[in-house]
Amino acid sequence: MMGRLLDGVSKRVLIGLFTVFAALIIAPLFANDYLLTILILILYFAYTGQAWNIMMGFAGQLSLGHAIYVGLGAYTTAALYVHFGIGPWIGMAAAVAVAVVCGAIIGFLAFRFGVGGVYFAILTIAFAEFFRIGFDHFKWVGGSAGFFLPVANYASNDLWNLRGNPAMFYYVLLAMTSGAFILCHILLRSRMGYFWQAIREDEQAARALGIDTFRYKMYAVVISAGMTSISGVLFAFYYNNLFPEQIFHISRSIELILAPIIGGVGTLFGPIIGAFLLTGLAEALHEAMNALGFDAPGAKQVFYGICLLFVVMVLPDGVWPPLKKALRLNPHESDRGKS
Amino acid sequence: MTTLLTVDRVAKNFTGLRAIENVSFSLDAGEIFAVIGPNGAGKTTLFNMIAGVFAPDAGTIAYCGQRIDGLRPDQVCRRGIGRTFQIVRPFPALTVEDNVMVGALLRRSDMAAARRRAHEILSQIDLLDKRGLRASALTLPDRKRLEVARALATDPKLLLLDEVMAGLRPTETDRMVEILRQLNQSTGVTILLIEHVMRAVMALAQRVLVLHHGAVIAEGAPGEIVRDPAVIQSYLGVEAAG
Amino acid sequence: MPAEIYLNVAVGGMLTGLVYGLMALGLSVIFGVVRIVNFAHGEMMTVAMYIAVVLFSAFKLDPLVMLAPIAAVLFVFGYAMQAGLINPFITRPEHSQFMLLIAVAMILVNTLLIVFGPDARSVQTSYSLDSFQIGPLIVDATKAYAGGAAIAFALALFAFFRFSLTGRAIRACADNYTGALVVGLDVKRLYALTFGLGSACVGAAGAMLVMLIDVTPQIGPGYTLLAFIIVITGGLGSMPGALLGGVLIGLTEALAGLFFTPSAKSMFAFALLVLVLLFRPQGILGKRLA
Repeated sequence: MMGRLLDGVSKRVLIGLFTVFAALIIAPLFANDYLLTILILILYFAYTGQAWNIMMGFAGQLSLGHAIYVGLGAYTTAALYVHFGIGPWIGMAAAVAVAVVCGAIIGFLAFRFGVGGVYFAILTIAFAEFFRIGFDHFKWVGGSAGFFLPVANYASNDLWNLRGNPAMFYYVLLAMTSGAFILCHILLRSRMGYFWQAIREDEQAARALGIDTFRYKMYAVVISAGMTSISGVLFAFYYNNLFPEQIFHISRSIELILAPIIGGVGTLFGPIIGAFLLTGLAEALHEAMNALGFDAPGAKQVFYGICLLFVVMVLPDGVWPPLKKALRLNPHESDRGKS
Repeated sequence: MTTLLTVDRVAKNFTGLRAIENVSFSLDAGEIFAVIGPNGAGKTTLFNMIAGVFAPDAGTIAYCGQRIDGLRPDQVCRRGIGRTFQIVRPFPALTVEDNVMVGALLRRSDMAAARRRAHEILSQIDLLDKRGLRASALTLPDRKRLEVARALATDPKLLLLDEVMAGLRPTETDRMVEILRQLNQSTGVTILLIEHVMRAVMALAQRVLVLHHGAVIAEGAPGEIVRDPAVIQSYLGVEAAG
Repeated sequence: MPAEIYLNVAVGGMLTGLVYGLMALGLSVIFGVVRIVNFAHGEMMTVAMYIAVVLFSAFKLDPLVMLAPIAAVLFVFGYAMQAGLINPFITRPEHSQFMLLIAVAMILVNTLLIVFGPDARSVQTSYSLDSFQIGPLIVDATKAYAGGAAIAFALALFAFFRFSLTGRAIRACADNYTGALVVGLDVKRLYALTFGLGSACVGAAGAMLVMLIDVTPQIGPGYTLLAFIIVITGGLGSMPGALLGGVLIGLTEALAGLFFTPSAKSMFAFALLVLVLLFRPQGILGKRLA
C-alpha cells in the first residue's frame, strides 16, 4: 500500500515534503507565541482549503458557502461539550454527521434539480446566510450574543477535551493537515478521483462514459462537508467563543477559498502553498505596517483582494503549476494538475 | 445472428418540429450499420434517443431484448452502448491515457487493470505514443481517435459513432476506417455510425439506413442504396451513383 | 393591529422594493448581456452611497439632486472595469470570473473601511422625516421620492433598450454573441457600455437608498446577494422581472419584519431564492433556458 502511495512521486518531491514536515514538527520549539499563532492559522487554512478543494478542484462544484460546515462543526461539538459534557473527539463524530447531512441536502437539492455553476454557488451562499441568521436566533447555542466554552487554566494539556496551550492545537492541526494531504493524494488517484475530474472537465461526456454523475457529485460534496466540519471543531475549542455573525459570514467562506485558489485549484499542493503564501505575506505586511506606524483595519483584506486579483489575472491556475514547472518537478509531459 | 438493437416506430418532436417520424430498424450483433441523410434529417436525434440523452415521444428502443428508451445516458452506457460526440469532447486537462482510463474504470475498479486496458486500446487505435500528452494538445484527427478509444474502453457491445470522419483528410479517413474494421473483426463490436463521408460508408457499412426529414426513405446494402432514386434525389446527387 | 399599519408597511416595503429593483436591474442587465456575475454589485452600490454621504455632508447636496452625477460616476467606473479588467475574462471559466469580481469587491469594501471607518453614516435631508397622507395611507416622503425616482430611471433604461439603436445593438449581443460579431457590432465596446449602464443603475439606486438606510462598508455583500435573489426570482433576462422581484422582496421583507423579528426577515428572501432555484429557475417573468 505504501508503495502504491508513493508510486510516481519523484524523489525530490518526497525529500522536500519530509524536510517541510520535519521543520513543521520542531517549529513550536523555536517559535514565539505570535509565530505559533500564525502557523496555526496557516495550517487551519491549509486544511480547510484541502477540504474545499475536493469539491471544487476535484469535482468542479463551486461552493461559496463553505463556512456552513465550519460553523455546524463548531456549534455541534461546542453544544455537546457545554450542555452535555461530551468531549470534542466524540462530538466530532456528531459534527461530521451534521455537516454530512447538511451537505447532502444542499447537494441533493442542487443536483436533482439541475442547479449548477453560478446558481449552485448562489445557492450555497443563500444557505450560509440562512444559517447565519438562523443561528442568530438559536438561543440554545447562545444566539447572536455568542456561545462560550468554559476556559480553564492551561497548566496542563488536556488533549481529550482539547483544552491546552497553542502548541497542542498546533500539533493536532498538523496531524489533520497531513492526514488531509494524504487523503487527497489517495482520492485523486482513485477511481472516484478520476470520475470527479471527468465530471469537472465535461459532465455530459462523463455521463456518456457510464458515470453516475449525481452520485459522484454527492460524494464530493459530502466528503468535503465532513472534512470541513472537523476544522470547525478545532475552531470552537481554540477560540472558545462562537458568533453566528462571524462564523457563518460570507467573508469566512471567501477567506477559506483564497488559499486553494491562489495556490492552485485542483492540485494537491495548491491549498497548502496558498495558505503559507497568503497568511505569511499578510502577516509580513501587517508587521511592516506596524513598523511604519500605520494601523488600518481592513488593510489585510485589501491585500488579500489584490493578491487574489493578481493571481486570477496573471496566474489563473494558481501559483503551484508554474512553480512546479520552474522546479522541474513534472515527471513527464503530462500535467493534468494532479499534484 | 442475434438481434442486438431494435428501434421500433420511434418519433420525436421538438416544439412544432417533427424531428423523427416512425423510424424502425434493427441491428444484428457484429454488424456495421450506417445512417446517412442530409443535414437536419434527424440522424443525431436518433442517436441521442438511443444513447439516452432524451426519450422518444413514441415507439420503443430495445437492446439485448430489454427496453432502454427513457434511460439516462450513464445507464445506457453501463448496459453496453458506447458513443462519441459529433463535436469531440475530450477531457482537456487530462492526458490521453487518463482520458481513456476514465472509460476503462467503468467496468474495472483496479487502477492497474484499467491502465492496462487503456494501453491496450490506445495501441489498437494507434495513440499509444501520445498517451502522456494533454488532450487539449492533440490535433483534431487524434482527438477523434481519442474519442473512439475512450468509448471503447467502456467495453461496449454497441458503439455509436457520430460523424467520426468529419474534418478528416482522405488518408486519415482511410486510417480510421481500417481501425474500425479491425476492431469490428477482432472484438465483434457492433458499430452504428452516422456519416456524411460516403467513402467511409461504402468501405465500412454492411447495411445503410437513409433518413430524410425524419423518416426512413431507404434501407439496404450500400451498393443498392446509392442507386436508389429517392436517395439520389434527396441526398446523394446523380454523380454519386457513378 | 389595525389594517392601516399593514397597508402602510406594505406600501413602504414596495417603495423600498422599487429601489432594490433598480439595483437588481443593473445586475440583470449586466448578467443578461455580458454574462458576467457581478459579485461586486452591492459593493459598488455602497461606494455610490458613500459618495452621496460625502456630497451631502460636505456640500449639503441632496442625493436626489445628485442622482444623475452619481450614476454618471458609477457609469464611468463600470465602463472602465469592463473594458480594462473584465473583458479578457469573458471566455474564461466561471470560477475565474467570480474570483475576479470577488477580489474587486474585497478591495472596494475594505478600502471604504479604511477611508470611512466602520461607523454608520446616513443622510438626513430636510424632508427626511416628512410623510404624505393619502387617505388612510401614510407614506414616508423619502420612500415616495426614492420609489418614484427608481421608476423614472428604470423607464428611461427600458426606453433606451427598446428604442435606441445602441440599445438594440446591446440586446443583439445578448441574444447572439457570434452573430453580433459577424454583423460587425463592436461587442467589446457594447459590453463596456452595458456594464456602465448596469453600474449607473446601481449608482442611482445607491443615491436613493442612502436616504432610506444607514450605510456601513459591510452592507455591500448583503446587497449583492439581495440583487441575485431578486434577479433570479423575477427572472433572468427580464427587466420588468427585476423590478417585480424587487417589489416582491421589499414587500416580503417589510411584512416579515412586522410579523416576525426584523432580523429574521432576510431568511424569507433566502427561502424564496432556494424555492425559485429549485422549482422555477427561470424566475417569474424569465424565459425558459434551453
